[in-house]
Amino acid sequence: MQRPIATTREVTGVPTGRLAVWWVIASEIVIFGGILGSYLMHRLGHPEWAHQSIHTNTWAGATNTFVLLTSSLFAVLAHQAAEAGNGKRAANLLYLTCLGAVTFLVIKSFEWANEIKHGFTLSSNTFWSFYYTAAGLHGLHVIAGAIIMLIVAADAKKNKELQRVENIGIYWHFVDIVWIFLFPLLYIAK
Amino acid sequence: MSEPAAVAAPTGDHGHGAGGHAAHPPTNYIKIWGILVVLLVVSVAGPFVGIRWLTLITAFGIAIVKAYLVARNFMHINLERRIVVYMVVTMLVLMGIFMGGVSPDVMKHEGARWHNDAAEAWVQKGLKEAPSEEESEHEGHGKAVENGTHVAPEGEKH
Repeated sequence: MQRPIATTREVTGVPTGRLAVWWVIASEIVIFGGILGSYLMHRLGHPEWAHQSIHTNTWAGATNTFVLLTSSLFAVLAHQAAEAGNGKRAANLLYLTCLGAVTFLVIKSFEWANEIKHGFTLSSNTFWSFYYTAAGLHGLHVIAGAIIMLIVAADAKKNKELQRVENIGIYWHFVDIVWIFLFPLLYIAK
Repeated sequence: MSEPAAVAAPTGDHGHGAGGHAAHPPTNYIKIWGILVVLLVVSVAGPFVGIRWLTLITAFGIAIVKAYLVARNFMHINLERRIVVYMVVTMLVLMGIFMGGVSPDVMKHEGARWHNDAAEAWVQKGLKEAPSEEESEHEGHGKAVENGTHVAPEGEKH
């Protein structure tokens, strides 16, 4: 079977597949940076938002931060296992990373359900518009990452395309970094 | 150790010696994770001290340190070729230019020859409708909403 060209060439000195992931991340920096920067500027210009932000659940946010940090640990350990050529261990660690993604989404869904139940919706105030947009876009990245990870893990289990373990790991750590900044902005700075 | 090398080699770009960056030095990833968790605990504990500037430093300062630790130790950005670092730094600089360009209009509501009456009106309206500090501390999440004090009026936006 012919292998994808991205796995067999490197023009810049960085394997094309991994370089592509870095390009994705470069574009994501602008997307998330734009949202977070806009939020920060509006938050500083609108002191009345403080009365909305007190209703975000710090403990849910902190728990989710812990979950994502732990899932990042599993992702980098999966990369380590892949480097050692142990595809089966890499796959198992990727499954654990996926479990972290699912845990994150479950906590988020309970958190959002509670907030919506109390009347804090996407359209109730611009603070909540930012809150749902930023966290929602991040959540979509978590879902996408988990799906890709399952596909990569399926191959890794057969010791195939082990370089992809690092590629999905780099993406996942970026998703973790985005949350590292979302957490103080939405849950701590009240 | 010979078996792993034999498996990794056919993937073409997996081995880091041949794959664009130096081989990863032995890193205690669990130790890095432990430091990240301790930093998380500190950032959560910050607000309990009750000093606003300390909260902001512990929250955002620690976020920057955590992001650096993840990028360096988990993403191994320090081992990547310069092109990757340039890509990431360029995007961050673009972000800085964007924020520097629009922040005066967004964060301030008046300047030397301009005044944003609409934004100022929304701030005043929001502050007037908000409960007092004491009220918001003592009332629960739901109770405040039942009073109608926290739910923004239909269509309120800014």
